[in-house]
Order: sequence, then structure tokens, then C-alpha cells
Amino acid sequence: MTELKEKQEEILEQLWVSKNEKNKLSVTYEVLGVQKNSEEISLLEKEGLIEKDDEKVWLTEDGNKRGEKVVRRHRLAEKLLVDVIDVSGKEIHDTACKLEHFLKEGIEDKVCTLLGHPKTCPHGNRIPPGSCCNLDVKVGDKYVVPLSNLKFGQKGKIVFISGISDKNLQSLASMGILPGAKIVVKQTFPSYLFGIGNSEFAVDKTVADAVYVRIEKD
Amino acid sequence: MKNKIKVLLVGNPNVGKSALFNALTGKYVTVSNYPGTTVEYTEGEISYKDYTIKIIDTPGMYSMLPISEEEKVARDLIIKGNPDWIVNVVDAKNLDRMLPLTFQLIDTGIPVILVLNMMDEAKRMGIEIDSVKLSELLGIPVIKAVSIKKEGIKEILNLLISDRGLYRQKSINFDNEIESEIQRLSDIINNNDFKISKRLISIMLLQKDVEFLTLFESEGKNDIINFSDISRRKLEEIFRVSLDYIFALKRQLIAEEITRKVLKKVSIGEESRFINFISGITIHKVWGYPILFFVLYFGLYKFVGEFGAGILVDFIETNIFEENLLPKLIVLIEKTIKNEYLKELLIRDYGIITLGIKYAIAIILPIVTTFFLFFSILEDSGYLPRLAFLLDRIFKKIGLTGKAVIPLVLGFGCDTMATMVTRTLNTKKERIIATILLSLAVPCSAQLGVMLAVLSNNSVLLSIWIFVLIIIFFIVGYFSKFYIKGEKTIFFVEIPPIRIPKLSNIIVKTYTRLVWYFKEVMPLFIYASIFIWIGRITGVFDLFLTIIAFPLQYIGLPYESAKIFLFGFFRRDYGAAGLYDLHKQGVFNNNQLLILSVMLTLFLPCIAQFIMTIKERGLKMGLYIVSFVIVFSVLVGYLLHLIINVILGITL
Repeated sequence: MTELKEKQEEILEQLWVSKNEKNKLSVTYEVLGVQKNSEEISLLEKEGLIEKDDEKVWLTEDGNKRGEKVVRRHRLAEKLLVDVIDVSGKEIHDTACKLEHFLKEGIEDKVCTLLGHPKTCPHGNRIPPGSCCNLDVKVGDKYVVPLSNLKFGQKGKIVFISGISDKNLQSLASMGILPGAKIVVKQTFPSYLFGIGNSEFAVDKTVADAVYVRIEKD
Repeated sequence: MKNKIKVLLVGNPNVGKSALFNALTGKYVTVSNYPGTTVEYTEGEISYKDYTIKIIDTPGMYSMLPISEEEKVARDLIIKGNPDWIVNVVDAKNLDRMLPLTFQLIDTGIPVILVLNMMDEAKRMGIEIDSVKLSELLGIPVIKAVSIKKEGIKEILNLLISDRGLYRQKSINFDNEIESEIQRLSDIINNNDFKISKRLISIMLLQKDVEFLTLFESEGKNDIINFSDISRRKLEEIFRVSLDYIFALKRQLIAEEITRKVLKKVSIGEESRFINFISGITIHKVWGYPILFFVLYFGLYKFVGEFGAGILVDFIETNIFEENLLPKLIVLIEKTIKNEYLKELLIRDYGIITLGIKYAIAIILPIVTTFFLFFSILEDSGYLPRLAFLLDRIFKKIGLTGKAVIPLVLGFGCDTMATMVTRTLNTKKERIIATILLSLAVPCSAQLGVMLAVLSNNSVLLSIWIFVLIIIFFIVGYFSKFYIKGEKTIFFVEIPPIRIPKLSNIIVKTYTRLVWYFKEVMPLFIYASIFIWIGRITGVFDLFLTIIAFPLQYIGLPYESAKIFLFGFFRRDYGAAGLYDLHKQGVFNNNQLLILSVMLTLFLPCIAQFIMTIKERGLKMGLYIVSFVIVFSVLVGYLLHLIINVILGITL
């Protein structure tokens, strides 16, 4: 598989979204913002990813598969930027476009695992599942999720805490609820109860959503 | 002349500080409230060899940067109390979580002794700690202790009278960038009013500690403030997160590193099975709730209500006051005092002795004593945080968090005290909601006791009364959540294991609270008698009664009930006690009794609570709350009248 340029990936992405989410099988050159005879288009055609006529372009079966991967990477990148790196606004899309390009296969699955195999991107669009997502259900691989997602008896290590005020962060920290702390979930109702060392702490959903944990197996 | 040594016991909550305090001091103890707070701390003095050692048990704290009121008090005692030693008490089982505070205490520059407490529990769990190595790593003496068995006490006392210069305390090192800023800040803090190190002051300035910032500002040392601002910004640019976080993280890392070096898990032991079982089941998602119900039922209803307000009140009121004390006093006063007005002031229907003192001692004292006993047991057993955990979800619906259980449950003892304790809640919004609910729908123990005594032989009335109050509690709370603006609040709390409370601790706590209560209450009871006396002589009393009785007739209440409301203005329990008296005389039918009980429970808080509400919430908010409460209680009374008497037309 040849490596694609950023612009080509963007074309594939746009075609995939049109086809799979807007039910439009083809897209005009005008909408894509490219010339009929441009380098990008001819290269994609040569790779057998698209077919074209005088006005529009559409995906081949191979192209559809490839497009799905690009979309997956883009949306994972968005998710990573919003959930973990805490980027907001217009920057999300622009940075995601650049970032997706660097997420190679393998790394992409690791990011997906880190994020807990999310189903949707921050805009609410579906993230096409990768091979890692199906694997996870069986293996219960380690990944980073908010503490509120953990089930009774699950163990993990706090990775980071985000989304609460500095003052609250400081009080949590002074109680020993800090990155690196090993936790075990003891109750999830009526609020969250977990142990660190030989101590127990109760927190509500807001806090449990803010504390991100890498799940560990026994 | 004996040499005096001043010692502070400092540590996280629930590490057995009080037990160590008791073991060190025996029973010569004074409990005081820290000035301007509800926070209690205990003080004791002992003679040991040639020394007088004064020991102060500080409230639990997690870090030197205070968040709660308790932590503020503890820190004040450290930085302003000028102690010779800090005895840092830690739970040996949780060494890694406790050491970060130890590092901060070491940074104060005050000599620190580390006491590894609860070594017996640690041993049972198979934990062994190399205290010699730990002492080397920290540069401070380390002692193993089991406070409740008085193990390790002699060693601590001997250390306290030893030479403090023998140890070289080791500060932990932060990253170089931070250390150099700390150094530069320390250099410009020239005169040091505190006995704590410049290093710690610098660290706290970097963490934007309000108290030190305002202090330097008031001294006009803007250079220090500006310098710390620049340093902080510089460091935050480097680390990209709040400095608090960086400090906490580093301390935790080093704590874990040290713990790894000194702690060995030799076998897999377990804490006592029974305690484990109780600890677990009291917060269980299903069983926690019936247990909660039983605790409140037996604690509040059976113990405070039936035993305190029933049996004890009966005994003191009838056997002691009415049959013995009062007749003798009355005869004595009749003989010695001739002036009829004075007699009226002392021994007639509303007299200081016959009404004020009788109410305070015969009716109120037994009830609040039993309540405070119950509350101290809840506190010392570790049940309160569990209650908070179980109720957090429900309390969120009324704009509060689980933390509000402490003032709200305390309100069942004394609403005035509870209003003061609302300070411990996190946000202004929570404090306002809790104050409203305390003013309106939480009857204090005296009131509760009297209401239970009045209503308990009619279970229908009692059930309706409870039902109406619960409904009102949640409806008012629910609407407050939407109409009172404020930030969203979060809930987190440490859940200690269940412990069996120590009787001596319970007694000391109950006693302190009773003293506070009576200082607050007794004068008011006497003033009330005096006011009523003046009112009666001048005719103002009757005028007020007529004014109050006017709206009451529309609610189907007899003229006499006006008295209760007038009394109730002095103290809620005073009014309730008036209800109790009139009820015994058979003035009311059941419909009236129910409406009155509900209205009186909802009605204006007593003067003391009113003053406290204004003190805590400000004049404007205080007046809002009180006006709301008055209007609301009359409306509810009228509504009940409509439903029971007019629409349903039933006799209960």
C-alpha cells in the first residue's frame, strides 16, 4: 500500500463520508475543490481507489475500505485532542487533520485502546471500529477510561485528572488521589467507592468522570 | 520552676490522634472551640519528670494548604501557636499516603516526631516497618505506637523532653527550577513573624496561599507578592499545570519511594473480619439503607425521642421539679419576697424559675443530652461519612452534596449550632440551601422531642406530621436548587473503617457541646421570661397575642395557640414546650394539634438561630430566609386547614 499525501487522504475522507453517511455515491470536483486532472486525483485513480467521469468522482471498493480507515483515524485524533489533550474550538479539526496523517496502523489501534474504544467522535459522528475494538471485548485489554466506567472489583492506576477546578484538584491530591495511585473499585452505587492502599474514598459522578484510570488486569 | 514544653499532635483525619492524646494526657483535658469557628480542639497538660508538657490535639488535616475550616485551624495552630514539637501521627497501614503531610511538617522547620500509630492493625495485616531506616531517611525520630494500648507512650514522652537539636530534618527536593525560585523567594522574606521556615512560606506563596498573601499585603510588602507572582507564572509556564499539582505529585512520588524502602509486607493478613463486615455493609448499595433507617430510628426516635424526651423528661419534670424542687422553691420565695411583681417574675405562670429554668433543665436538657450522645457516637464510629456517601445522590437533587448530612443531622440536635456548621459546605449555594432547610424543615432535638411526646400516642398524627415535613423538605430543596444561583458542587470524602467509639471520647464531646448549648440557651430562656413579664405588666403581651391570634382563627386555631408562637419566637423549643403544656391541659382537638405541630415546626427559627443565620448569611439573605419561613409556614397551615377541615371535613 502506497503512502498517501494529506490532500489525498482528505479526498478519500470526504468521499467516504458522502457515500456512507450522506448517501451520495459521488462527489463533484467542485465540491472536492480539486481539478479534474490534478495530480491527487490521477494518483488515487492509479491506485484503484477511485473512479471518475467528467464531473464527479466515486470510491471503489478498495477506496471505501481505505477511506474508512482515514475517517477512523481522523475521528480518533479528534477524540484524543478533546478528551486527553483538552483542545477546543476550531483547532480540533485542523490539528486532527494533521495528526491523523501520522497515526499509522498499530499506533491508531493503541490510541483507540487508550481512549477505551470510543464509539463516537466529539462531534457525535460514528467512529468506524478497528480490529482492536472487537479484540477488546474478549481480552479485556488495558486502556484508559474515566473511573466512572470501571466496574466493581476492577483495578487500575490513575493516569491523569482533568475537568475539575484547581482547588478541587488540590484537595484530591492532598488526600492521595493522584496520578500513579493504584485504585480498586469497591462500589459504583449510590456513588463511587474505591480503595487506594488501605484507605477508601467516596466520590460522586463528576469526580469519577474526571479521574482517568488505566485498567490493569490481575 | 518547671520547664514548659508545648506539643502539637498533627495528622490526617482518622489516624487515632485523639486516642494518642488520651494516652498521653490521661483525663485532664479542656476542650475549646477555636476562636471564631465551630472547630473544636482539645488541650491537656501533664507533668513528666522535670517538665510540664502541654499537648494540643489539632483537627485532622491533609495538607498545609488548608481547604476545610478544620484544616485552617490546624494550620493556624502550627504557624501561630509557636510549638516546641510537632508530633505527626500517621496510620502505619497507610504510610505512603500520610508521608506527604510529614514532608510539609518537616518543611516548617519545627522539630517533628513521627508516630507510626495503629501498629497492631498494621501487624495484623502483615505489614512491617523499618522505623530506624525511616528515621534516617527523614532525619526525624520515628516511634511505633498502639495508642489505645498505651504502647509507645513512654518513648514519645522521653523524646519530648530530650534535646531537640539532635536531629537534622531532611526536606524533600523539588525540581531544580522550583528549588531555585523557592530559594530566591526565601532570600527576600526578611523578617519572619512566624516561627516557621522561610522555605515553607515561599512554597505557600507559590501556591497562592490567601492568608500569607493578605498578610504580606497588609504589611505593605508588595515586593514579596510581586516576586511570588512572577515566580509562579514562570513556573507554571514551564510545567503547564497548577503548581499545587506539581508539589503534590512530587511529594507523593517520594512518599512511595520511601515507603518501598522501609515497608515490608511479610504475610497476607486481614483486618478483623467483623469490623470489615460492618464497614462494608454500612455502605452497601442495598443493605446500607435499611441500616441507615435503623440507625436513625433507634438513635433519633427510640433513644432521643422515647428515652430522652419521654422517660427522662417525665422523670426530671414530674419527680424532681413538680413534686420536689418547685413546691419548695415556691414556698421559700413566697416567704422571703413580698413584692407581687417580683413574685410574678420568678414563680408565677411565666416566671424565670417556673417557666424558664424548668423548660431549660427539665425538658430541654435531657433531650439535647441524649441527642448529643447519639451524634458523638455517629461521629466517632465513622458512620457520618457513610451517611454522606449513601445520601449524596439524593442530596444532589436538592442542590446539596452528601457533605450536607453533617449540618442537617446536627440540626436535629440544635439548628443554631447546625447553621454555624453550614460553613463547612463547599459553595455559597449549598450554604444558603442548607440554612433554609434548617430554618424551615429540620426540627431541633428539643422541638422534636416535645413533638414526639405530644404526637406519639396518635400514630396517624405522627405519620402525617413526618410525611408533611419530609415532603416540604424535598420540595423546598428542589426549588432552591433551581432558584438559588451558584456553581455546581462536587463530592468526595474519605471513608474510614468503622471503629468502636471510646466512651471517654464520647463523654468529652457530648459535654463540650452541652456547655456550648447552655451558654447559648440559658440566657435566652431567662430573657424570655423577663420579656413576657414586662409584656404582661404593660399589656403589650396581650396585644401581641391578639395580633397573632387574628390570622390563626382563619386556620381554625384557638386563641391560646397564639401564645405558643409568641414563645416560639424566643426559642423554637420554648414554643414547642408551650405546646406540650397546653396539650396536657387538653386545649386542642387532634386536627388543631396536627396543624399547630406542622406550623410550629416550620415557623420562624428561634432568636438564636435567627441571629446566627444573619451572622453567617448576612443581613439581607438572613431577612429573606426568615420572611420566607414565616409566610411559608402560615401558608402550609392554611393549606392543611383547607384540606383537613374544609375539603375532607374529617376528624383525626
